[in-house]
Amino acid sequence: MGKTVTCGNQSEHIRSDCQVILELTDNDGLDIQLNSKVKSLYGDSIIALTHEIFNFFGVENARIIINDSGALPFVISARIEAALKQLMVSDKDYLPDFHPDNSISLTTSREKSRISRLYIPGNSPGLMINAGLHHPDGIILDLEDAVAPDKKYEARFIVRNALRALSFYGAERMIRINQIPYGLADLDFIIPHGVNLILIPKCENSHQIKLVNEKIGIISTKHYLTHKVWLMPIIESAKGVMNAFEIANSANNIVAMAIGLEDFTADLGITRTKEGAESFVARSQIILSCKAAGIQPIDSVFSDIEDLESLRQSALQSKALGFVGMGCIHPRQIKPIHDTFAPQIEEIEKAKKIVIAYEDAQSKGIGVVALGTKMIDPPVVKKALHTIELAINMGRISQSWREKQ
Amino acid sequence: MKKYDKLVTNAAGRLVPTIVNGRQVIPFQGIGKHRPSGRKYAPHIFTVLDYPRDGNKTIATLEDALRMCGLRDGLTISTHHHLRDGDLIANLVFEIADRLKIRDLVWLPSASFPCHDTIIQYLENGTIDHIEGSMNGPLGKYTTSGKMNGCAVLRSHGGRVQAIQDGEVHIDIAILAAPTADPFGNGNALYGPSACGVLGYSLVDYMYADKVIVVTDNLVSFPCMPMQIEGSYVDFVVKVDKIGLPEKIVSGTTRITKSPDRLLIAEMTAQFCLEAGLLKDGCSFQAGAGGTSLAVEDYFHKILLEKKWKARFCFGGSTEYMVRMLEDGSVEYILDAQAFDLEAVRSMRENPNHCDVSVFHAYNFHSKGNYAGMTDIVILGATEIDINFNGNVVTHSDGHLLHGIGGWQNCLHAKCTIIPVPLFRDRIPVIVDEVTTLCGPGSLIDVIVTERGIAINPLRTDLLEKMKGSDLPIRDINQLKHEAELICGKPSKPHFSKEVVGIVKWVDGTVIDSLWKVEV
Repeated sequence: MGKTVTCGNQSEHIRSDCQVILELTDNDGLDIQLNSKVKSLYGDSIIALTHEIFNFFGVENARIIINDSGALPFVISARIEAALKQLMVSDKDYLPDFHPDNSISLTTSREKSRISRLYIPGNSPGLMINAGLHHPDGIILDLEDAVAPDKKYEARFIVRNALRALSFYGAERMIRINQIPYGLADLDFIIPHGVNLILIPKCENSHQIKLVNEKIGIISTKHYLTHKVWLMPIIESAKGVMNAFEIANSANNIVAMAIGLEDFTADLGITRTKEGAESFVARSQIILSCKAAGIQPIDSVFSDIEDLESLRQSALQSKALGFVGMGCIHPRQIKPIHDTFAPQIEEIEKAKKIVIAYEDAQSKGIGVVALGTKMIDPPVVKKALHTIELAINMGRISQSWREKQ
Repeated sequence: MKKYDKLVTNAAGRLVPTIVNGRQVIPFQGIGKHRPSGRKYAPHIFTVLDYPRDGNKTIATLEDALRMCGLRDGLTISTHHHLRDGDLIANLVFEIADRLKIRDLVWLPSASFPCHDTIIQYLENGTIDHIEGSMNGPLGKYTTSGKMNGCAVLRSHGGRVQAIQDGEVHIDIAILAAPTADPFGNGNALYGPSACGVLGYSLVDYMYADKVIVVTDNLVSFPCMPMQIEGSYVDFVVKVDKIGLPEKIVSGTTRITKSPDRLLIAEMTAQFCLEAGLLKDGCSFQAGAGGTSLAVEDYFHKILLEKKWKARFCFGGSTEYMVRMLEDGSVEYILDAQAFDLEAVRSMRENPNHCDVSVFHAYNFHSKGNYAGMTDIVILGATEIDINFNGNVVTHSDGHLLHGIGGWQNCLHAKCTIIPVPLFRDRIPVIVDEVTTLCGPGSLIDVIVTERGIAINPLRTDLLEKMKGSDLPIRDINQLKHEAELICGKPSKPHFSKEVVGIVKWVDGTVIDSLWKVEV
């Protein structure tokens, strides 16, 4: 009997996933055993897909058991391919077609709003399908801490296929790779498949950034890719905090830098509190480094998904310090975070007045902007313009707000 | 006796039998087309001479009571479902009947629950010939696998009252599990270890049955007040140790969903009702006990508080969420036929505006008007909706029967029927070309809310007009179906045999569709 591998997830509570148990055999063709809760509706198409994949890889003899709990085709094919590639060597990839939404714009803008980024475990396809409907600014398919060590390999196939086959409904497509150097191998599975931004966890020095960019360069050349892939290093250790500016300033495709407080407090051997006094200096260091490097400082995640009120408090504090966004580990956290980081009514009203005064001065050819008898400095004007832009982008005011003044 | 015979195509285009379990039935004629005439069905004339003058109708055991009621082959036995998944009485009745070697009974429950799966053994050994009511879970699968001896009949809560009142169904023995009762037979559900709040489904049973047995585990001295069961209709009272398992009477299903996707659908539904002007000061609504419906209710609550509006009434089944609205003044009345949790039971005891209402008033086709049509908004579920807005609530797309109709068909008569559903469950599209089983005609279903868009029935030009310019994703139902198929793939048709295993009744007693045996 040959070696048997098992990929994917199956249990009473798992939905939209499947488990594939595969053994390569010497003869007798493909022996496919399908157990599926959607068998009467999709049994034939699952069997046909299985045949197609084995045919694609030129495998004629195998015993396959598929325990399916309503997995979409991109999941079934990822599970089968991950199983096959543990038993054979192949340089071919069985890729699902790009979803029409994904080929519209492969590059996102450097300044794009990144207030909320929603983490989705990289080996849980059921959570990916609707993630974009909750309208986070970014969706992170996580190959790092949210995936168990023995599932890291198969998760790459799920993440790759999800990048291609799923609509993210306008959210930026982000992947958190594994820690460098292991995480470099993740890049092969994501760079050619429409990723917008890569989060580099436990980043401690600029050399790690260099390694990532070199690998991206090699893959891009191989696949004739021209689009920009942005980076967001995550600082999660004392060493990382001390090197924060060096890291933030080390490459022109770094658009944001985040702090990861669970690992940071663990590194310091202290307990994370809701108030966050223990990480105040580190967070300030991240913010200063980002501002100095001209990139977005992004705060950690808030881990209690039931306590939305404390999340709101934490977000308020975070915004006051200078962060421009936070991570989310549950869709419920998106709205409170958006509400907090979005410009507030008073801010918007003040900004409107400044912008109008500024435009007025411009049209009259006056160099100095004044509001009543008060002079307005250029940085204040710049901030007001940014506030208005953000307010429009977040739907707080309409594009034609001037008409209503 | 033929299980079924003489198939015809009814007004909805569905193939249905005209003979079921040896009796003639009428195919669906179209909404509002069928009008039975004559006089209502009535029980025999009773006299007080036949009952103990001291009012003590207690009898030692349920078996004795059943014998005294003349239990024999072929009778129709009714039970009700207020004890929900904690009910111990229905199973006990058939255990006794089996012991007495009685065969070919018809079971007429107002609903069945997982605790009634044990009934399968009595279907298998012939104690029960068939079920008229609802068949959930394994009982449903048993039915659509073609194993039931007779032909199953599915009715809505209102349809059950209609069938009893116009004589389509004759109840030989009604068994009423009462959380509290006195020896005369007065009973209620407000007190006792198995208190379940309301007994709104039992009224028609005891008024029309030949024989009525009250079973209680909390026998009190006369008078048991208030009387939700009127003892003057009761033949025997039996005291048992336990009528139900309290922890299962209020089952765990009545919690707000935690699924972010369902919450999104619920939020969109509430926003729709607000923008369409349906949710307003003085309005009325009904939402079931499903997780999404409860979430809709919770969003309604937030809006009512924020706008300082009061809903005039909401229709039960009641839950703690509804009680919260009543107690903070967001809702003025709860009209209730069943309580889903302990908070609702408490409220029923304490709040005068939490009112016990029978399905008689709420849903019945043979009433002089009913409440369903007076309700502004109803929120319902469905297993499938087709591109003509027809709804299925009883079978899954694989053809297996899994749910009862409940009050679903009756509620369709509300001023606006809204069905919040995911566009697909796991991989199974909810919006399809044609429903597997037709339970509700599309002309009565107004709005479908999915996470990927809201479809308004083209007949509701008023709603379409109101929602012009809304930020909500209003879409054509065909687009939604197409999107589901893009994501899931087009499902193939499951294989059904040509054998009818059950029928679905419309609210007026006509046959709207058939259930077909599913090929293995």
